Amino acid sequence: MKTFYWLVKREFWENRGGFYRAPLITAIVFLVLNLMAMVVGEVMGRRMGGFHFTGEVDTLSHLDEHGLAVAGAALDVTLYGFTALILAVTAIVVFFYCLGALYDDRRDRSVLFWKSLPVSDTSTVLSKVASAALVAPVIGVVVGVLGGLVLALMATIVATLHGVPLWQFLVEAHPFRVAFNLICLIPLYALWALPTIGWLLLCSAWARSKPFLWAIALPIGAAVVVQWFGLMGIFERSAQWFWVNVPGRLLLSIIPGGWVRYADNLDHLDKQDPGSILNAVGLSYHYSTLASPNVWVGAIAGALMIAGAIWFRRWREDT
Amino acid sequence: MSAVITATGLTKRYKNSLALDGASFQIGAGRIVGLIGPNGAGKTTALKAILGLTTFTGELSVLGLDPRKQRDQLMEQVCFIADVAVLPRWIKVKDAVDFVANVHPRFDRAKCESFLARTKLQPDQKVKQMSKGMIVQLHLALVMAIDARLLILDEPTLGLDILYRKQFYQSLLEDYFDENKTIVVTTHQVEEIEHILTDLMFIRDGKIVLDTDMEALGERFTEVLVGAERAAAARELKPLDERQVFGKSIFLFDNVSRPQLEELGEVRRPSIGDLFVATMKGTYA
Repeated sequence: MKTFYWLVKREFWENRGGFYRAPLITAIVFLVLNLMAMVVGEVMGRRMGGFHFTGEVDTLSHLDEHGLAVAGAALDVTLYGFTALILAVTAIVVFFYCLGALYDDRRDRSVLFWKSLPVSDTSTVLSKVASAALVAPVIGVVVGVLGGLVLALMATIVATLHGVPLWQFLVEAHPFRVAFNLICLIPLYALWALPTIGWLLLCSAWARSKPFLWAIALPIGAAVVVQWFGLMGIFERSAQWFWVNVPGRLLLSIIPGGWVRYADNLDHLDKQDPGSILNAVGLSYHYSTLASPNVWVGAIAGALMIAGAIWFRRWREDT
Repeated sequence: MSAVITATGLTKRYKNSLALDGASFQIGAGRIVGLIGPNGAGKTTALKAILGLTTFTGELSVLGLDPRKQRDQLMEQVCFIADVAVLPRWIKVKDAVDFVANVHPRFDRAKCESFLARTKLQPDQKVKQMSKGMIVQLHLALVMAIDARLLILDEPTLGLDILYRKQFYQSLLEDYFDENKTIVVTTHQVEEIEHILTDLMFIRDGKIVLDTDMEALGERFTEVLVGAERAAAARELKPLDERQVFGKSIFLFDNVSRPQLEELGEVRRPSIGDLFVATMKGTYA
């Protein structure tokens, strides 16, 4: 267990730039852009003669409980949205991390150093899976929620300058609940992303050169062949089914939230109320995906590909 | 002599060539063995087989373990430096020490730090900021702090200047080697390791063509400096090799009695380099 912790730590050392700095910089850039938009808004507003709330403040401060809940939910949506942005960046980082994880050290021959230590290839590969499926998303969630809070704070300050004390709304936000919900979704994410992580690691461990090209070309090429020759007709499925389930799952499952098409449907939802939307798309909604065999078949395929990556890591010779 | 490595009929075939062709040898504990051979003779393949980094046929036991099946256990007792400068470029000195200290049960951190204190390496220095010689210093400090029973060195000093090379072997002898440890080393700079070896193995075309300890080597092989008038007599004794220096001939003999040779001229011990050249004659032809 101690060895595994240090293996994961090693991955973090090596990929500090991708796992930690990339989301952080994205968050900062996004916040700065928002700040600039606010400043531009202020300047434009002044030129137009300025505006100041007078009457409405009164009503704002006397919102009923329902109104407060709506405001809080709206802020939570901001937090979720900001985190989604950060997690999209994390997904791109993880994609390339997986492609390089078992290839880069073969290319620069440092694999010979790692292999001189009493660490099994199984632990090495699994530490990379854990970094991709758990460590990177957790960092993304934390950065995203904190960034979302800063954004909400900025908006509040601007509103206050205009005489609208939004502070009480800020208290209505639930950053911990949002973070907790998102963290709770990470196991589902890991399960969902497993076929992509497994496939990319397999290519990374197997390719003698250009793992990126192989990883993309093989599934897309297969899908093109299937479509041209109508091979899926044999199974009474459409070529589109193949596109979605083979190249789609092998390459795009790394995108968080991709599972929602397999979750319960939300037709009965009241789309006017952010609070009820948030409640409806809570954890149980997301985890209803587990009823779909798609998730499980994908996860099993992912596990098999990871086993393949371990085998190649052990026996691939090219140094 | 308890054997640390026992190889019988070691064979490895690549697509169109035979890298190891039934090589058999045994290496005992407390020895420093030089595995010497021309390029492409199978040295690296033999070492990779010992380290469980390649498949092969034949039998091989390293410290009583099968490197193909029990590699993870084996690596607790075996250390290797394969080639120069294979440390990951992004790692810092202190992180490398931290990492090895936490994954290797036989690593002695204090020892490693005292080795590092003798170098110019800084804890926050990254490998990519180091010269080749410094990378080897770091690697050696890490490896020497591990109490392993077998150390494999594959061209560990290739491309280093002579200061680093001398220092490398000197540290190994002074601070690392003892009767419980075994070192196997391959290199092309034969002259530099000549004095530290206890055993010598020549490999050619995947076969072990010479396997001897250094004392026996002195008894078996003799070099004689012969004047022109006695050259013909010397040739009758079937020398391994003959070369000309300043109008005299130098003959290299294998297993010819010493008194007989002393009659011919000045007798001396051959250098490994000369022996190597004589043994490998015609390799690239």
